[in-house]
Amino acid sequence: MAFRNGTDSWVVVMFFMIVVILFPLGVGPEPDILNKISSGVIWVAALLSAMLSMDRLFHVDYDDGSLELLVLHPQPLEFIVLAKVLAHWLTTGLPLIIVSPLLAIFLNMDISSYFVLIITLFLGTPTLSLIGSIGAALILGARRSGALLSLIILPLFIPVLIFGVSAVEASILGVSSKPQLLILGGLFLLSSALCPIASAASLRQAIE
Amino acid sequence: MDVFSGESLTCIRGDRVVFTNLNFSIEEGEVLNLQGPNGSGKSTLLRLMAGLISPLEGKLIWNGSEVQIQERDFCIYFHYVGHQDAIKNALTVEENLRFWSDLRSLGQNESMIKRALDTFSLTDLSSLPARFLSAGQRKRLNLTRLCTTTARLWILDEPANSLDKESSEILNDLIKVHQKDGGILAIATHDIVMPGNKILNITDFSDTKNFKDLNDE
Repeated sequence: MAFRNGTDSWVVVMFFMIVVILFPLGVGPEPDILNKISSGVIWVAALLSAMLSMDRLFHVDYDDGSLELLVLHPQPLEFIVLAKVLAHWLTTGLPLIIVSPLLAIFLNMDISSYFVLIITLFLGTPTLSLIGSIGAALILGARRSGALLSLIILPLFIPVLIFGVSAVEASILGVSSKPQLLILGGLFLLSSALCPIASAASLRQAIE
Repeated sequence: MDVFSGESLTCIRGDRVVFTNLNFSIEEGEVLNLQGPNGSGKSTLLRLMAGLISPLEGKLIWNGSEVQIQERDFCIYFHYVGHQDAIKNALTVEENLRFWSDLRSLGQNESMIKRALDTFSLTDLSSLPARFLSAGQRKRLNLTRLCTTTARLWILDEPANSLDKESSEILNDLIKVHQKDGGILAIATHDIVMPGNKILNITDFSDTKNFKDLNDE
């Protein structure tokens, strides 16, 4: 189902890396400070780069009329949304996780907390894609849709951000980060159950 | 026998009543031609038939049972060709068609795909990325999907737009063959009207009152 130009996901990954690399340059090369802010920086950068690619999720299909055909497909629209979200995650979320070890070194992160970061990203980035799909479906047909999209979905990303960062911070402090990871897992399951329904409903609205 | 009909359909877009109390009925082997000036609601009626928009009042009936909007079972019976061509620029001509037939789980039938591309003489272009196609060629690629579908009911919205004379004739032949096979067609068109087609003039059902008046009654 993923029919997209490869350049899209490269742009997202490069954006992610550049944002993260800007921080040591801006804050200064103090290893302690970098270690402290590392998880926050990586998470915020991941959030922003997920945003960057989000508005493309349904927009191309909407513009060229494919969306009408997808809505008219005998398969439930919810499954189609889920497939598109999976494709989005594979092309943007997964590459972010793959480059994140490099960035963890840039930010002087401990090995142990790095592993926790990877787990949070694995649980968190699909959640971002799922939540983002609602926003992407809602903005179809709107003018200045990119800005509108960030206003709609960035607030919804906050819980993921909070628990993602605090899981890593817990492990930096030497405390178990299990509770945060469980909550992240819960958010992921909840959003994978509810978001396709919400997105499909707003796609039908967009078609009318 | 397949019968597709609509009863006392009323549709509003924004504040405007597009048509009220519209009835139609198409039987096996029949073609319904929708006519009317631009903006009179031909496309709206076709989109309504396809379940893309829901009517304010009235219902659609397929073989005696009412069509529930968004009902999945009904989707396999029809094929809708809209104004937009639903073609992915990044994919080649052949991949576009294959993706479509996979999506409708029609299978990878090699000879069928070849025949479909051949019908609209797109075989030579089959490995070309779709972004290089002209408007007419895109339309032809869109229409090749008709050759791969098993749908009984074809809903065509100005299918002959931007087609050259030759391709229009190919389309006419396709329509005739579908008609002979007992298919049902609903077409909005300005040009292809063949003898024996049912004609529905949308302006007969237009209502000059706007939505607010309708509410006041």
